Amino acid sequence: MTQITATNDFVIKFANVNGSGSASANELFAKAILRMGVPVSPRNIFPSNIQGLPTWYEVRVSEKGYLGRRGGIDMMVAMNPQTWAADVEEIEPGGYLFYDSTRPRAASELRDDITVIGMPLTEICNAVYSDPRQRQLFKNIMYVGALSVLLDVDQPVIEALLGEQYKGKEKLIASNVQALNLGRDFATEHLKHPLSIKVEQAHRVGQRIFVDGNTAAGLGAVYGGATVCAWYPITPSTSVAEAFMKYCAKFRVDADGRHDYAIVQAEDELASIGVVVGAGWNGARAFTATSGPGISLMTEFIGLAYFAEIPITLVNVQRGGPSTGMPTRTQQADVLACAYASHGDTKHVLLFPEDPKECFEHTATALDLADRLQTPVFVMTDLDIGMNQRLCEPFTWDDARDYDRGKVMTAEDLEHKDFGRYKDVDGDGIPWRTLPGTHPTRGSYFTRGTTRDAYARYSERGPDYIYNVQRLLAKFATAAALVPQPVPRPAAKRTRLGVIFYGSTSPAMHEALDVLSGHGIHVDALRLCAFPFPDSVKEFIDAHETVFVVEQNRDAQLRSLLVNELEINPAKLCKVLHYDGTPITARFITQFITDHVHEAVVAPVDSKF
Amino acid sequence: MTYIAKPRLHHPSLGKNKVGYTRRDYEGKVSTLCAGCGHDSISAAIIQACWEMDIEPHRVAKLSGIGCSSKTPDYFLGASHGFNTVHGRMPSVLTGANLANRDLLYLGVSGDGDSASIGLGQFAHAMRRNVNMVYIVENNGVYGLTKGQFSATADKGSQSKKGVVNADSPVDLVGLAMQLGASFVARSFSGDKAQMVPLIKAAMGHGGAAFIDIISPCVTFNNHAGSTRSYDWVREHNEAVSRIDFITGREEITATIQPGEVVDVEQHDGTTLRLRKLHTDYDPTDRVVAMSYMHARAAEGELLTGLLYVEGEAGDLHTALNTSARPLNSLGAADLCPGTGALDKINASLR
Repeated sequence: MTQITATNDFVIKFANVNGSGSASANELFAKAILRMGVPVSPRNIFPSNIQGLPTWYEVRVSEKGYLGRRGGIDMMVAMNPQTWAADVEEIEPGGYLFYDSTRPRAASELRDDITVIGMPLTEICNAVYSDPRQRQLFKNIMYVGALSVLLDVDQPVIEALLGEQYKGKEKLIASNVQALNLGRDFATEHLKHPLSIKVEQAHRVGQRIFVDGNTAAGLGAVYGGATVCAWYPITPSTSVAEAFMKYCAKFRVDADGRHDYAIVQAEDELASIGVVVGAGWNGARAFTATSGPGISLMTEFIGLAYFAEIPITLVNVQRGGPSTGMPTRTQQADVLACAYASHGDTKHVLLFPEDPKECFEHTATALDLADRLQTPVFVMTDLDIGMNQRLCEPFTWDDARDYDRGKVMTAEDLEHKDFGRYKDVDGDGIPWRTLPGTHPTRGSYFTRGTTRDAYARYSERGPDYIYNVQRLLAKFATAAALVPQPVPRPAAKRTRLGVIFYGSTSPAMHEALDVLSGHGIHVDALRLCAFPFPDSVKEFIDAHETVFVVEQNRDAQLRSLLVNELEINPAKLCKVLHYDGTPITARFITQFITDHVHEAVVAPVDSKF
Repeated sequence: MTYIAKPRLHHPSLGKNKVGYTRRDYEGKVSTLCAGCGHDSISAAIIQACWEMDIEPHRVAKLSGIGCSSKTPDYFLGASHGFNTVHGRMPSVLTGANLANRDLLYLGVSGDGDSASIGLGQFAHAMRRNVNMVYIVENNGVYGLTKGQFSATADKGSQSKKGVVNADSPVDLVGLAMQLGASFVARSFSGDKAQMVPLIKAAMGHGGAAFIDIISPCVTFNNHAGSTRSYDWVREHNEAVSRIDFITGREEITATIQPGEVVDVEQHDGTTLRLRKLHTDYDPTDRVVAMSYMHARAAEGELLTGLLYVEGEAGDLHTALNTSARPLNSLGAADLCPGTGALDKINASLR
């Protein structure tokens, strides 16, 4: 048997039982490797459950800095008897299996093409600890200790992390370090080490930070000046509102101890978006965070905000749909539901952050755009970036940046300017608005979802309706220039192939592009950051013969949007779709594009690649 | 749709209130509701109350849902911003508006379809949260705009215009509001302006969620024999439990009242509300007594009106959230953005 041999380039997966305290031990393991200067990208694969069901933590170690899911497992830490068979099955030939051998497994339950490492974790724990909770928790720290020996992870780094985690609780530090060393001692004494896969100090992390997208979005809302947040708990978006709460409590309390923010946990999504609409109408920056089912419920209000032109921001942390779907799995399957949310003719601004740094930036930007455009703006993140810690560039902010509050008339403006709430006076489709209470006699109007003329007077006259909805289209065209612009990545060589991707697909895509170019397949890439699409998107598609559109949904939703909005010949846009609920991998993209190119090469009528 | 423009000319003899407005300054567009609609009487009472309260019209924000009642904010307070939201969702929109700017007076206008059917959930939660607002339900027991279907407040056994007998139990919004913690609950009748105006004024000074259920007969679809929301039926069964004698913080109390007949309630805005009890065994400041009394009299077929329950200093949602005294919509980047220094520290903690 040939063992997998790799330094700073492998995937280790922890199979645990939900609620057993494994999450913090696994995170400790991942962070220790990061502290050694080696990039890691961990992913929680968890059930919609609090205790008892299987949960996994998959850590990709990649000195090259590839942060997408790789696929394939080089080492399995099998701590869950429920999932034993599938976990053992998943290991790559030549890989490792680490398990609790207190009750040794029969050869028939193992494989002969992998290396099996048994450690009697329960036995050691039971001998040392009497408290059942301690036995459970320290078992996790103990396997981290053993793995640190097997994989050559620095012991002082782990100790330092434990010190930071339990700062001020010295007793906990000491007991955790004890458990860690119990694991280390056993491994040093009884197990062959280090393995053929291991970690080595590198300097590839730099100033990057390790954070989840939901925390970043919540912080972005604080920096972006949101003062009202109304939300309803839903996986995987809940931690956005929780992060907003946490950072507001830290940064938004005034000198009198009072809050420069208001957070309402509403009774449902209908109410949470209603609160946001009311606050936006009244001039406060307001947002909600939700996921697909919440968007479905909010859709009537989204139509109202579009038509009555009220600034609102929605953070949609997408999960597997439709219906309740896969609440704890990832997808990019709400693109169309959000782009065209509501009955009637509507189009909405969508932003597609690629990582936590962009979750921060796009959320702050969305609040500006909503005010500028007086319309709903969606931050389309997903579970993969929302709920997993991801290595990314540090957050940045410019202290000179002021909030763009858009076109709001003051009492003084109203004294000498004509006010037509739905009138296009600047030629950009964006009308001026007034806030309630501004002027004793001027500027009031009746906001409604029914049609009206340019002066907000109720009207069902055809010409008034046409004027209004055409102006909304003009406004949408204005938006295309204001949203974050697409990011090109040209191939090293001239090529007829292009690829379009967005959001959390980014790390897998970049890795795939490297692999493909290594194989001589050159593809120009364009990462879309927003809808509506600027002209550069059409130009990119026009400049290529075939354009792959890579997304994480079944129906090629972004491709539909491209076809529909830019009037692209569908035959030109080749679907690359990954939608089983796991994050897309570079292997998947590479394989698909490679197969496509080879098919094209062998096809007699089309040998142009 | 409004085809007739109101003349802007005011009669020179029209009196001005303390903030310099005549009663006409509180009017809106000409109503498009049916002639004799109870809702128009409520609009007139709102106009009267705002004028008497010396409220500047532009400091009121009026919000509504969908339906006949929800159209009415267009017919009063023309200088106020209004928001005709979506069906049954006025309470959440009003909550958000109130959070954005605590300095305005919020008037929510809804109907029985809007609040007791599609919007029952939002009605309930707005009461629970004690949002500072006046919440008026113009209750006629029928869907007017869609021509005469029963609403959820229609009494069991009552008859529609087409002769259909309602088999469903009614939603009692007043009872629900009390049970859910509303701190001001009243019921009135659109045919009794003398009762409505002081109730609306008291509600505006309350400082928390003030709910007024106003029985407002639909002259077109629910004003026939067999209806329990017709003018005749309501006049016959209306039983006022209290009458607001006056609301004052400054003027001397001169009326001579027999002890035990009145209840004084300190209002949020510093005024005192003096309630004359018309039923001696009724205590409008005791939630439990008020609820059981109301249920007992309802069983007797009486429709109790007046200020049914009131809690003095009840606080509101802003009190609970401990929000800044400054309106949130007036805060800028200097107040809200923690800046790069704080961000550097956050970055450092994430390495």
